[in-house]
Formats: sequence, structure tokens, C-alpha cells
Amino acid sequence: MKRLAHALALGFAMLFGADMAAAVEVRAAVLRVDYPALAPISRFEARPDDLGFAGAALATEDNATTGSFLGHGFETATRAVPPEEAGAALEDLIAAGHAHIAIHARADDLLRLADAAGERALIYNVGARDTRLRDADCRANVLHVTPSAAMLADAVAQFAVWKRWPDWLLVHGSNPADLALADDYRRAAAKFGAEIVEERLFEDTGGARRTDTGHVLVQRQLPVFMQGAGDHDVVVAADASDVFAPYLPFHLWTPRPVLGSGGLRPASFHPAHEAWGATQFQRRFEAQAGRYVREADYDTWLALRVLGEAVTRTGTAGIAEVRDYVLSDAFELAAFKGVPVTVRAWNGQLRQPVLLHDGRITVSVSPQEGFLHQVSPLDTLGIDAPESACTAFAEE
Amino acid sequence: MKTLATATALILPLLAGPALAGKAFVSNERGNTVTVIDTDSWEVLAEFAAGNRPRGITLSPDGTRLYVCASDDNLVRVFDTETYEELPSLPSGPDPELFVLHPSGNPLFIANEDDNLVTVTDVETRTVLEEIPVGVEPEGMAISPDAAIVINTSETTNMAHFIDTETYEIVHNVLVDQRPRYAEYTGDGSKLYVSSEIGGTVSVIEIGEDGTGEIARKIGFEVAGVLPEWLQPVGVKVTQDGSRVFVALGPANRVAVIDGATDEVLDYLLVGQRVWQMAFTPDERYLITTNGNSNDVSVIDVAAEEVVRSIPVGQQPWGVAVTD
Repeated sequence: MKRLAHALALGFAMLFGADMAAAVEVRAAVLRVDYPALAPISRFEARPDDLGFAGAALATEDNATTGSFLGHGFETATRAVPPEEAGAALEDLIAAGHAHIAIHARADDLLRLADAAGERALIYNVGARDTRLRDADCRANVLHVTPSAAMLADAVAQFAVWKRWPDWLLVHGSNPADLALADDYRRAAAKFGAEIVEERLFEDTGGARRTDTGHVLVQRQLPVFMQGAGDHDVVVAADASDVFAPYLPFHLWTPRPVLGSGGLRPASFHPAHEAWGATQFQRRFEAQAGRYVREADYDTWLALRVLGEAVTRTGTAGIAEVRDYVLSDAFELAAFKGVPVTVRAWNGQLRQPVLLHDGRITVSVSPQEGFLHQVSPLDTLGIDAPESACTAFAEE
Repeated sequence: MKTLATATALILPLLAGPALAGKAFVSNERGNTVTVIDTDSWEVLAEFAAGNRPRGITLSPDGTRLYVCASDDNLVRVFDTETYEELPSLPSGPDPELFVLHPSGNPLFIANEDDNLVTVTDVETRTVLEEIPVGVEPEGMAISPDAAIVINTSETTNMAHFIDTETYEIVHNVLVDQRPRYAEYTGDGSKLYVSSEIGGTVSVIEIGEDGTGEIARKIGFEVAGVLPEWLQPVGVKVTQDGSRVFVALGPANRVAVIDGATDEVLDYLLVGQRVWQMAFTPDERYLITTNGNSNDVSVIDVAAEEVVRSIPVGQQPWGVAVTD
């Protein structure tokens, strides 16, 4: 009955509200590359099968509801593939007419896929947070909806500086992603006047993590690893591999707050977040997906909402038209974070506040009060235009 | 003597009708209560339980019944405005947030935030007359003075939907800026103001003969020393003669005063924190604002355009309705 009513409303909308309506069919896709991975430290963070896709489903429904008043139709294809099949899946999607593709993949695969797509598709990065993708490795056909590691590190750094916790003990993992993240925290410390008084390397030696006696060993070994450090206000953890940071908060030698990959963590979104109407987003998502939202869901939802908003305002789904509009000053979008999100025209990164949460509640949101910028306070997070090595957007 | 005064106070309203003792009813979203304020003495008279997450709040035309959107109870709770006793609830559809009552007192048009619907409820038979599909996250509700058109704003679709009150069909849509929160007609129905919280603007829609219209201009806001991002328009109220428009600016803790003839901002009045919704006293001498983060209401002297007092209420005040 409700469905019928909706169909009727759609019909009437096309009859009466058709001033700016012209039929547009928007074909988007989400391509998720799944990598072999160990179980996460916390089973709360086990990867759901519909990771990202659930966010896409909500966004497609949101876009279609709005589109029903304008004569715009939205459909979103989803593909989950191993890395070796990603290229073929991308070709299939493009061949089937999907011109807007959100990709959840690691940095090197994202670049490979974006380069293969060329001008045939606009790519929305919803998974890779590597700062280099927004910097020297940027691509003209890629919009970065997920925040960069630099933005996340800056969000943490601003909070620490606002708290007057300037002296950091940086602990980082040994994998390449951990080392890159450590660089982001070093840069963030320098940017906001914090000092890394000491660094420690936590070697990832592999092996069992969630054994029955795991906590017994952790409780004995971690404090020993952390002992003997000089004076510091906080411990900042750079553990992109999710190996040790979640254990840090109660297993330090010197009791200090932990920020970064453990303790107070930066995120694009969190299921406990309620401010700025987010409760409504959470409820709608949970009713549809039957679970709490994950960052990948929110990032994918937001990517498709960026597309939907561009189609709503421009009345077209053309790759160039959508890209031009999204990069223009006219574009802004509400994203349950209190301020409109916009896009940096010089590297395609979506400007957005970053939530800081402890796993249960939103503790704070960066940018913090008092961090000012001539363009937008949001540009205090991440690589800024003057220091950017991205040239792909400047050639236009 | 004091006993006598109290007794008189009790009897007088019964004899003289509601004209003497004006009351402001404030819904407290987090406190799950309604606070009652005497609008002559500005004393808090009572605070009573109002269901879970009370937000939208309005009165029957005769002032005897108070309607409250109990968002987390998925219904509209009804209270007697003299005794504060709860009367039978109204079906509202899920998560009612804001509503508008037909000027005749029936029916009630309710925005269902989670379900992309406007529910039309008969307040006498307590039945749902219609469910009207609208855009994503419906919120703001207004009805034209001639009662021909109901407006709903959808926060994620970013439209003002014009709904025919005879057929319950959407006859027109206007795209506005991000996150439209509230819609308010002028008394003569010639203009419709729609606030966009995240867009930071109020769209002024000029209404034509057929009851629909397009955006004539947008009102922006600027306060020295306040980040533009904090200037988030939410509640809007227009004086009956259309000469002044008041816009609550949320986290900017200010109410903008706008010339209704030119739609130019004249002044900003500092009120409590996160100012949300507003209501005039029926004589339009005062405008009461709910301040969600400071748990109080501010009282604005409308003629003087000055804030004259603030009154502590319950936890996270959201909406306000005033009897005469």
C-alpha cells in the first residue's frame, strides 16, 4: 500500500513538480576489493559481508526518493572481488554503463583502477586513506570522500594541543602502512606545535593475537615494552595494522591518555554519534542494514550522496558535469557533521569534520575551536593547498 | 491572605477563561518533560512528564489541549492545558518530530522523520487519515493561512514540498539550501520563509495565486567574531503584520531580526546556547526562544527588540507553544 502510494506520488511529482525535471538515469557502482586478512583484535570490528554496500543501499534510496520529485532515477551496482579480479570487474561495470564508481581498495589498487578507468568513469575513493593519494599520487578522475590519514592525524593533534598535551610519546608499528601513519603524526605534531619527545617501534612479529591467554601475556609484556620513557603528556599510537594499539590504554608503564590507533580514535563516522541529526541517519541505516554503521558504510553513503546532490542541482549525471559541479564553490552537502562538506578543488579531497571517539561515545570533533584558516576551518585538517604536491587538478 | 490569593488565582482562570493567565509550554527533548511558564510573572508553574523525546509542541485553537510529538514513543501525546492531565494519545506514524495543526483545529499534519512520510491524523477520531510520501527526513511543517496548502521540508532531500490539503498530493516542490528545518508563512500568505540549517540561509518564497511559488531571494547571516559555520538558521517566526521576521541561529546563540518588507537583517539578539524554536505570546508582545544547550528559554520584547529575561527549564528544551 505504501509502495503504491509512493508510486502515485512519484507520478504526481512528474506531472506537477516537473518545472526542472528532465529524466536522468544515474548508474553508479561500488567496487570493493577484499584482501585476505586476519581477524581484527576486537570481534566488534569483524567485517560484515555488506561492508560499504549497506551505506550504498541507503544512499541510493535517499537519492531515489529525492529523484522521484525531479524525474531522476538512481541504481547502484555492487561488486566484491579479490585484488586479481578487480580490473576485470571495473571493465564490466564501465561496459554496463556505470560512470560513477566508488572504490574501496588499498592505495596501489585504487591507483591502478583509476588509471585504467581514465575518463570513462569518475572514481570516488571510499577506502584508501593514504595521504600520498591526495598529494603526489593524486589523479584528476578521483574524488577522495574518505578522509586522508593526514586529516585524521591533524584531528588528533588539534585535540591534544587544545588540551595542552604537547609532549607526545609516539609508538608505531613496523609495517609500511604503520610507518606512513607515523609520518602523518610527525607532520601533525610539527604543524600544531606538539613535540614528539620519544618514539618506539612495536615490531609486528605475527602470531596469534586472540588466544585464550592473550590478555595474560599482553598485561605482562606491554608495560615492559613501554617502560623507561622520558616525561610525556600522551601516548600517540600509529598502528594501521591493528596489531597492538587497542591494548595500550590500560597496559602502559606510565599512566597517560592514549590517542590515535588506540584510546581516543579519529573517524569519519561512528555508530554512537548523535549530534547534528545523526541519530536519524543511524536509525535509517540500522533499520535497513540490521547492524551498526561502519566508517566504510558512511564513506560510501557520502560518496553516493555527493553524486546525488550534484545530479539534483545540475539535472545531469555526466562525468564532466558532476565533477565540475562538485569541485565548484556552488557545491555543498549536509553530512550529519554540523557544517556543510565541500571539496578541495586542488586535489579532490572532501573537506569534513573528523570525529574523535573512544568506541562508545563521540568525545570531541575536530577542527577544534581556535584553529583558524583563511578559507575554512576544515582546511586546518590535512595537506593544504600551498604545501600540496598534487598537480593533476591544476592543469585545467 | 496568602491563602486567599492562591484560592483566587485558582478560581479566576475558571471564571475569566484563559485570557488572564498566559502560559508557555516548553518541550524538553532530553528531560522527557514539558515545563510550564506563567507569561505574566515568568515563574515556572509546573514541569510534567511528556513521554519520550518530546519535540514538536502545539496547541488547539481554543488553547485547551496541548499536543506534543513524543518522538521515541512514535505517537502524539495530548495534555489538558489547565490540569496537565494526559488525554488519549494520537497515532502519528514513526518518529514524529514537528507538526502543524489545521487552523480549524483538525486535522494534524505530522512529519515522520525516519520514514519519509507526512501523516495526517484526525484529532477527534484519533485515526490516521493519510500517509503522504515526501522527501528524505521530513521536518518543517507549515500551513497556508487559507489552509489550502501544507508545506513540508525534507532535510536530506533539501526541498519544500507543497501538499494540497484537499487531495493530500504534492503539487509543487522547491529546492532550497542544505538541511531545511522550518517553514513559516506570513500572515497574509504572500511569502513563505524556509530556513536551511547547514546551508546557512533562509529562502524567501513568494507565493502566487495558485498557492505555489519560487525562491525570490535568500537571506544570509553574518556576525563579527562568529564563524560562518555556526550561523545555522532553525526556527522562524513572522509577526502577524509581516513587518518583522525572527530567525533562531542555533549554535550562534543569536536570533536575527529581519525587516519583513525588505528581508534585510537589522540586528542580532544574543540569547541562550543553541537557540532552536520560538513562539510569540498571542498578543505578540514577547517572543520566547528555546535554548537547547543552556537549558533555558530567552524572552524577547518584540517591540523593543531586546532580550528581557531568561528562565531555566528542563533538559534540552526543543519547542515552545503559548496560550493567552
